[in-house]
Amino acid sequence: MINSANRSSQSGTATTDLDWEKIRNDFPILKLKVDGKPLVYLDNAASSQMPQPVIDRLVRYQTTEHANVNRAVHYLSEVATQEYHRARCKLQQFINAGEDREIIFTSGTTDAINLVMHGYGRKFIKAGDEIILTTMEHHSNIVPWQMLASEKGAKIRVVPINDQGELEFDEYEKLFNEHTKFVGLIHVSNALGTINPIKRMIDLAHRYSVPVLIDGAQAAPHLTIDVQALDCDFYVFSAHKLCGPTGVGMLYGKAALLEAMQPFKGGGDMIASVTFEKTIYNTLPHKFEAGTPPIAAAIGFGAAIDYLTEIGIERIAAYETTLLEYATMRLNEISGVKIIGTAAEKTAAISFTMDGIHPHDIGTILNQDGIAVRTGHHCAQPVMQRFNVPATSRASFAFYNKKSEIDVLVAGIKTVQKVFL
Amino acid sequence: MMHTNSLYQEVILDHNRKPRNYGKLEHPSHHAVGHNPLCGDRLDISLQLNEHDQINAIAFQGESCAICKASASMMTAAVKGKSRSDAETLIDEFRDLATGKLNTESPHHLGRLTVFSGIRDLPTRVKCAVLPWHTLHAALNSLDNASTEAEQDPVQIVTDNTSSA
Repeated sequence: MINSANRSSQSGTATTDLDWEKIRNDFPILKLKVDGKPLVYLDNAASSQMPQPVIDRLVRYQTTEHANVNRAVHYLSEVATQEYHRARCKLQQFINAGEDREIIFTSGTTDAINLVMHGYGRKFIKAGDEIILTTMEHHSNIVPWQMLASEKGAKIRVVPINDQGELEFDEYEKLFNEHTKFVGLIHVSNALGTINPIKRMIDLAHRYSVPVLIDGAQAAPHLTIDVQALDCDFYVFSAHKLCGPTGVGMLYGKAALLEAMQPFKGGGDMIASVTFEKTIYNTLPHKFEAGTPPIAAAIGFGAAIDYLTEIGIERIAAYETTLLEYATMRLNEISGVKIIGTAAEKTAAISFTMDGIHPHDIGTILNQDGIAVRTGHHCAQPVMQRFNVPATSRASFAFYNKKSEIDVLVAGIKTVQKVFL
Repeated sequence: MMHTNSLYQEVILDHNRKPRNYGKLEHPSHHAVGHNPLCGDRLDISLQLNEHDQINAIAFQGESCAICKASASMMTAAVKGKSRSDAETLIDEFRDLATGKLNTESPHHLGRLTVFSGIRDLPTRVKCAVLPWHTLHAALNSLDNASTEAEQDPVQIVTDNTSSA
């Protein structure tokens, strides 16, 4: 797979490389030096960097458009409300949702999953019910469901993964029975880079009339998302992994499900009327957006979506694949380095271990060369247990990375080996 | 190739390669397991206090990074033969060293352990160096509640805090 793709990607690199270098210049932070060394930022799966147009959008909002939304009748409030709504519509288009009210702004992926756990899970999951999760879920798609399961007396069932880091589809199928009431599924593994066959998995769940939540935190930056084609019931991701600001994310939910759910947080904006006898909840999406939302961050989210859409997610994915292939080849050449997660379908993230060297030592020594990688368990301890490692180092790439940075990483890894020789 | 300001100096690398006092005592008077949940490091310390309250035997084992292992190795070498109170002094001084609170120009008892002074510039690694010392403290004070430690420091000392003396 990697070899054939590698060959096909050889042609045309000369012209696309020029474009990507220009795009890279949109990111002021990438000009930073760390301890005199050029920053080599390879921790994009944790958080990506922000391009100038998004920074400019935030500045424009704060300097000329800010007020609270959905409230007052004055000029600024109307501008802010309109821009906030436009951001929602951009997200709707980005994931091809049928209606804008199906997009709920949350504080991030974790918040969105918790919203579904409280709003859907606490209302519809009962004692004896079963929730299917996978071994490669991020803790954010494990812990809320465990909390629900222990509150309700429900049971968590887990889809295993094979040695390549791919879900075992047959085992997934076997987990379904009449008690199955919910599936939580990560689209792309943050620890392994594996792209899961979510369409097949959603279709199977729907044969049992079970709703599916897709954690798209690692997928949205790299893959085209079409929630209607996928037919998923919920889809969640954060802005800051898509070159947007922290503090905002989104929940897509099918309107009928969102309507049936109970609110997650109570407060202003989520009500139609309040008396001490009875409160009538507001319509979608407001029912799930209590209090003043992260207006600036949401508008920045919209600007980030514009930025990525203009480049094109498919072009981004194709370019990142060339980075993945090159990095995989170079790391495989170093003896003593082992890549954890070798699925046939991967995004540009590589977890690796080094013989006899702890990931935190690797991370600290790479940092001395200006290289930023993530080291640790990646909030995916079940994955670490599956591969019998306490932690890994992870280099994760974005479209603004370049092959020469992979060369710096390779040199850095060789320095690590020299230190521990 | 090596950076002069590197934390990974030869003495640390040497203790990582050939840790001293590595293993477990068969009949310890004091024992504790330290765990850093953030990175998965786990350290087991067992020691023998004699009738004069001196540490006449100490051993450690566990899974950890080089900084933690070297710190543990050098710590066991430093406290072996010391009284409980001298060991506690070293624990306090080492914690201060790692967090940048110790003035290394003033008199102290750390000796070669000052090789860890560079850790103060790496906040995310401080707990790696300090974990063995926290675990030793927990072992020596086996009656103390382990959770008090956690409030004091992000490094948690968990369970298995036993005293058979």
